[in-house]
Amino acid sequence: MVNIVVNGTERQFDGDEETPLLWYLRDELGLTGTKYGCGIAACGVCTVHVDGFPTFACVTPVGTLEGAEVTTIEGLSENGDHPVQVAWRDLNVAQCGYCQAGQIMQAAALVDGSETVSDEDIDYAMSGNLCRCGTYTRIRAAIRQAAEAK
Amino acid sequence: MRDTPILNVSRRGVLGGLGAATFVLAVGLPRPGRAQEDEPEFGRDAMPNGWSDDPKVFIAIDADGTVTITCHRSEMGQGVRTSIAMVVADELGADWDRVRVDQAPGEEETYGNQDTDGSRSLRHFFVPMRRAGAAARAMLAQAAADEWGVDVSEVTAGNHEVTHAASGRALGYGELAAAAMELDVPAGDALVLMDPSEFRYIGSSEIGLVDNMDITTGQATYGIDVRRDGMLYAVIARPPVYGGRAARYDDSAALAIDGVEKVVAIDPVDFPTEFAPLGGVAVIARNTYLAIKGRDALEIEWEDGPNATYDSAAYRKTLSEAANAPGGTVIRDEGDVDAALEGAAQTLEAEYYIPHLAQAPMEPPAALVEIRDGRAEAWACTQAPQVTRLRLAERLGLEKEDVTVNVTLLGGGFGRKSKPDFVLEAGILSQAMDGAPVKLTWTREDDINHGYYHTVSVEKMQAGLGEDGAPVAWLHRTAAPTIGSIFAPDPMQKLPFELGMGLLNMPLAIENVRAENPEAAAHVRIGWYRSVSNIPHAFAIQSFVAELAEAAGRDPKDYLLDVIGPAQMVDPRDQGDVWNYGENPDVYPIDTGRMAAVVEAAAQGIEWGREMPQNSGLGIAGHYSFVSYVAVAAEVTVEDGFVSVPRVSIAIDCGPQVNPDRIRSQMEGAVLMGIGQALMSEVTFAKGRAEQDNYDTYLVPRMEDAPKRIDVHLVTSHSGYDQPLGGVGEPGLPPVVPAITNAVFAATGKRIRTLPIGDQLRS
Ligand code: FES
Ligand code: FES
Repeated sequence: MVNIVVNGTERQFDGDEETPLLWYLRDELGLTGTKYGCGIAACGVCTVHVDGFPTFACVTPVGTLEGAEVTTIEGLSENGDHPVQVAWRDLNVAQCGYCQAGQIMQAAALVDGSETVSDEDIDYAMSGNLCRCGTYTRIRAAIRQAAEAK
Repeated sequence: MRDTPILNVSRRGVLGGLGAATFVLAVGLPRPGRAQEDEPEFGRDAMPNGWSDDPKVFIAIDADGTVTITCHRSEMGQGVRTSIAMVVADELGADWDRVRVDQAPGEEETYGNQDTDGSRSLRHFFVPMRRAGAAARAMLAQAAADEWGVDVSEVTAGNHEVTHAASGRALGYGELAAAAMELDVPAGDALVLMDPSEFRYIGSSEIGLVDNMDITTGQATYGIDVRRDGMLYAVIARPPVYGGRAARYDDSAALAIDGVEKVVAIDPVDFPTEFAPLGGVAVIARNTYLAIKGRDALEIEWEDGPNATYDSAAYRKTLSEAANAPGGTVIRDEGDVDAALEGAAQTLEAEYYIPHLAQAPMEPPAALVEIRDGRAEAWACTQAPQVTRLRLAERLGLEKEDVTVNVTLLGGGFGRKSKPDFVLEAGILSQAMDGAPVKLTWTREDDINHGYYHTVSVEKMQAGLGEDGAPVAWLHRTAAPTIGSIFAPDPMQKLPFELGMGLLNMPLAIENVRAENPEAAAHVRIGWYRSVSNIPHAFAIQSFVAELAEAAGRDPKDYLLDVIGPAQMVDPRDQGDVWNYGENPDVYPIDTGRMAAVVEAAAQGIEWGREMPQNSGLGIAGHYSFVSYVAVAAEVTVEDGFVSVPRVSIAIDCGPQVNPDRIRSQMEGAVLMGIGQALMSEVTFAKGRAEQDNYDTYLVPRMEDAPKRIDVHLVTSHSGYDQPLGGVGEPGLPPVVPAITNAVFAATGKRIRTLPIGDQLRS
């Protein structure tokens, strides 16, 4: 039995402890905002926060999360108004949108965790998050805007 | 007058947005007379199931004034749900804040063609959507005039209400919807479209994406996200070689896993495979993780079949031999190329190679199907809901009427999701589970290993230059497996639509031009990939023009403009292109003036001609595709053999710009995809098997590969909206790669003729 908190709600998990957090969130809890893209920590679309740190849910077994607090895109903010989410909408960052939950979770950790954000910080922090539609230049601009807004 | 039922009650019921108070504006517009039998049809008229501009199909107005616009084209990042809604809402005079967008299921008999490919959505539906909006607006105006007993000319409809200036009265659209639906639709010419000067949304860059809130809060539903009560989860082990089969398998270890429900064999595929599942062994389980775990536990002995020896390195030599041998089918012939080559002051030749590519959309193929009471319902990220419906019905032994295909958002498509094989797989598995809802997910490995790959190609170019360095002869041999190979016994030669993608319809101000198409066999599934055959053609042609410029001692941009020639209208048929993207060549001739203008704009945007630091260079390329004109100028820096692309200028003339922000975003995306193709992306095969299987080996650009600056220039040769629309989703891509490789030459003196660049510049 694993006790974890997901978006503020306490959960008990008693399945196969090797189950990646990704599939627990998506298939068992119905939190499909966290996406699957590669399953091997190579694309970042599954990015969630575990105790505040951006984490790839596809390679994080639920069994390693006893006592952890998990935040997904659904729990990032009350009304979708985290400065990163607002900037994303302002700049129409998304194309297909599929990668964007992961991008937003990664960017939110970056913006929330640092005073200033340089372009180098962005390239470094975001390099694990693929966008096949190619929205990178808008992601950079949105992160800069969110960092200034906060 | 007739009573029109509320449309699509069940679907709206599912979505929960609209109640019984919804009224639908009644009565469609008569379709303008179709062309005579013997006259060729073009554009939207020529598409399967044509088009509709019926307001009752596309517009519903709730009693509280909420306007629901149905989008019948698939959203995969191009912004079509927003753009279509902008067009309808503008002509309707709707308040954008009270507009919602609903997604149509696959039903072309009602909506017209729904194949979301070929960069056609706005090109084909701009006018019908305007007409639908305008018709609804006229009916609302008439309803208000009737209510007040005044002539309709005295009332004004707009901003979500109809007003009567003389009396100061006003009625909201919601209040009028019920009466409006009783009225006749203004027929044909009686329908007056808005003057473009009145547009509030069309042409505006201020409109936010209709799905922005859902996307940024994790509420958007893609094919992979669909959930149904009692659902099961499946993955499939497919034959590693195209056309192979499972000879035998042992599923005991898989079935021993708690939560694995069933193992199902799927029949192997026959050639030609079209959209049929590849066969293999499926594992159905209580969640996706257990399904994958179960699949890992299968022991399968594969029989590889006729493609067991496919080796892409060896096949490159085969293609090269074909491309170097004269005698292939002549597909374009102007003047006398042999004599001109003979008499040329200098001759050049070059051979260009592009590898197989995988579309690799971030959302892999995924679909859910359930079957109840003899009716199948699918939810899928499909670009082609109609063909999905037809093939699913066939495969499940049902009538088309008993199959519903709901279209979710697509997490990228790029052509992969035009093929419904994955939806059929989900249907087969639901059937195997007595109709229970089964979600079939392709893992990334499945996606890279079992794709509909972009074709591999060798393009052999030869040219002769005169004393002044100007080209006098041009010979192009193209050898590549054809997409036709999935539809018929391998035709071995490119189809007209492939040849018409930037080869036959490349305007060349050269007197003697010949193109040949030798044979090439397919050994993997070949499929559409964003911009399709334009990719190899643009790479070869635009690289070779730059090589000629170098040989002539000329500036590459000036030389390119000379090859495009003076401004004139070229009839594509005169160059052997009978396809012309399905458009009427009289309406859509090739306009070399527009081509030259985007080249100039791209060059200006990158400040062409400026002094470049060592190891940096500028390159340029222009290409005409999907009846739009695009040019790209790229700046590259090469350090220790590593290429970076710090700045790109891309210019497009796609005719009238309906949604400028989405045109820009498509150009930005094309630049990134092109950077991937130029620098890193490739699928290779050995023993018939793909050698890459995930994003760690099939490389696509990451944040650090993105230019610091992409400038998009929206060029128009013509103000207003009477010029026909060009495509947007695909035409940005083809010129990106040659612009980059030409810039690499400028930076290093090394000519890139093989993609991707990979480690070619590292020594
Ligand atoms: S799905 Fe987790 S990093 Fe790709
Ligand atoms: S927006 Fe489509 S993958 Fe990023």
